[in-house]
Amino acid sequence: MPTKPDTQTGTGPLVEVRHLSVHFQLRGGTMARLFGRDIGTIKAVDGIDLDLQPGEVVGLVGESGSGKSTLGRALLGLVPATTGSIRLQDQDIARMSRRQLREIRRVVQMVFQDPNAALNPSMTVEQAVGDALRVHGMRSASRRREGVVKALERVGLSPVELFLNKYPRDLSGGQKQRVVMARAIVLNPTLLVADEPVSMLDMSVRAKILQLMLDLKSELGLTYIYITHDLATAKYFCDRVAIMYLGRVVEIGPTEEIFAQPRHPYTKALLSAIPEPDPDKMVPRDLPRGEIPDAADPPLGCAFHPRCPEAVRGCGWESRDLRALVEQHWLRTDMAYDEEQAVIGDLDHLDAPATSATLGTGGAGAVRAILDRVRAEDPSEPLWSGVTSIEDAGPGVTVHFEPAEPPALRRAGGVDVACVLYPDEGTGRASD
Amino acid sequence: MAIDLTDQVVDASAGQPVISARDVRVWYGTTRGAIRAVDGVSFDLAPGETLGLVGESGCGKSTLGRGLMGLLPEGAKRDGQVLFRGRDIFSLSQKASYQLRGSELGMIFQEPLTRLNPLMRISQHFEETIKQHEPDLSKDDIRERALEVLRLMGIPPTRYRSYPHEFSGGMRQRLMIALALVLRPAFVVADEPTTALDVLVEAQIVQILNDLRRNFQTSLLLITHNVGIVAEACDRVAVMYAGRIVEQGTVTEVFKHPQHPYTRELLRSTISLSTTGLNFIPGAPPDLVDPPDGCRFHPRCPEAMTVCASKNPVDMERPGGGRVECWLIGPESEIPAGGKQPLKQQELTVADEA
Repeated sequence: MPTKPDTQTGTGPLVEVRHLSVHFQLRGGTMARLFGRDIGTIKAVDGIDLDLQPGEVVGLVGESGSGKSTLGRALLGLVPATTGSIRLQDQDIARMSRRQLREIRRVVQMVFQDPNAALNPSMTVEQAVGDALRVHGMRSASRRREGVVKALERVGLSPVELFLNKYPRDLSGGQKQRVVMARAIVLNPTLLVADEPVSMLDMSVRAKILQLMLDLKSELGLTYIYITHDLATAKYFCDRVAIMYLGRVVEIGPTEEIFAQPRHPYTKALLSAIPEPDPDKMVPRDLPRGEIPDAADPPLGCAFHPRCPEAVRGCGWESRDLRALVEQHWLRTDMAYDEEQAVIGDLDHLDAPATSATLGTGGAGAVRAILDRVRAEDPSEPLWSGVTSIEDAGPGVTVHFEPAEPPALRRAGGVDVACVLYPDEGTGRASD
Repeated sequence: MAIDLTDQVVDASAGQPVISARDVRVWYGTTRGAIRAVDGVSFDLAPGETLGLVGESGCGKSTLGRGLMGLLPEGAKRDGQVLFRGRDIFSLSQKASYQLRGSELGMIFQEPLTRLNPLMRISQHFEETIKQHEPDLSKDDIRERALEVLRLMGIPPTRYRSYPHEFSGGMRQRLMIALALVLRPAFVVADEPTTALDVLVEAQIVQILNDLRRNFQTSLLLITHNVGIVAEACDRVAVMYAGRIVEQGTVTEVFKHPQHPYTRELLRSTISLSTTGLNFIPGAPPDLVDPPDGCRFHPRCPEAMTVCASKNPVDMERPGGGRVECWLIGPESEIPAGGKQPLKQQELTVADEA
């Protein structure tokens, strides 16, 4: 059997992703659907460009909710693309019918995160791995067995006879993940999308599975998309890394460059969050606040700004940031909460994203006094630099913010980064 | 008004360990025989100290944590002696140990969403918890106490009347920690408190656990498989393998100069930012129904000697402080003649892999 299909003789990229977006429509309640009211859209993947060279390992790194898995699944046509294209071997995966997609999955395969969920508990190892061959039209059971045996040997499950008739429940976590790998390579694919292949495994097994993936790559000439939240394994494993946040790539470039000199504050934050097993290397860190926001209502401007330790004036400050700031203030003071809360009133209406925020019920002067107190606590808070004016409005005040667009990917050194701190450096383009 | 966080802890146990466990055993009955999940574990925990418990899955870490709390499933048995401020908690009546849990012994679980009642507001969770142990407290006092703890966890008072689903994953874990700490227990077990969380949130929670010592004077047993978190948040570390603690000592000592080959291999197999090559421990942890003779790690140990396969290692004073049990450390006098010959190992295949 040829070890790899002849797809990489050309010089061009193996896969070209252009302006890819995957949006999910929220369905809402029955009434909303009945009257066609728009409940909202989750932009899981929002305008991504990515080229994949043959034989390359590209890491997609980010927290849950960053869209990295959705992007990976879109490459197999497992989720429909809303706009954009995914070119592979002169075909566009984003426009394929189900029949065509089945064909393309000979070339692109996926390794899933949880080996317990990825294997059918009622199928033996031979059935599970052979099923891929059967689906793709291999009728002869003996030839199927031949392929299965070969794949199992490749992933190190030998002697094969010990495993062929085992059920997933008889296998350890590492062995199950090897079976999942065998099933992915049994069709001799060119591109493997590995979605957190080691994160469910014990530390002592992770290295084994990563080593196996490296061996398979050199033996079979595979190209990998490696999806992970763990920068440590990405650093070891990937040639290039794309850091994702809320559906967008915020920084992309060669692994060495990104790790030697992280530019985007989010990349820096991810790097500083990895606990080092060396007690000497511990440094006090400036961790970002909060968590990844709701993708249905992403922050205005740069999506990372509410958590960013390096945020500046032009990041796109808005009503929800003001709410967070006032709540932070109440975390600090014990006594004032009850009286101040009576003046400020309810803050829930600030949750609708807007560049102006009206708040307060206890008189404009009193509200201003509280805001001044909040400001005095931390005059360097960048939110205030984004405030254009504060007007009296009935029993409270309206705070106006400077509107901002989300930053685009721009060239900075050897990488591309989407952050207002790195303005355009010339004509650099993403993903080249 | 700030509540005094420290008084009750300090007077009761000046200098004495809060928890002193001796020869703790926990086993589960199965049709194949007893699974000896924890098999003779001893350790001490000083007031305000954090002890990290690390090891691979299935080495008995969680079972030990639950055993200490008295939260074992039916069919499990425990034995040994655990002194909590001088009282043996393994011999208490059901009712007495129920009283102890929550107020004196706290537990933080892995999945916060499954531990919070989705139909109860956060305020109700606090009311229920506090009323259980201090029935005379008024609602206002409860609120004050709860807000104080929530503030330390970084949860604003505006969220006090929210429901669990209105919080993000990291916030829920903070709520769990706040609920566990509101009664100021002297001893808390945290069972993989960050495993279900994202990297950045994990780092935030580790920082909170790190601050516990300062804010609450709580002694913490932190169960994790992540040696990085131990390095970050713990004073001492206990490395567990197949139901036994094979090495314990201060984090700096143990991580810098690991004495037990298992500790060393576990540290080497961890992938961190400074990793330049992949290392792993061959084979898998043994079946605890029928563990190997002698040292339980010997089939996987790169430095195994013939004595390791036949005689149980002896609990020794660890060079540099702490305890360790490994024949490489000694005692020389108990190693039979020729016992230091390298052991001929059977080759480990993927068939035995974890």
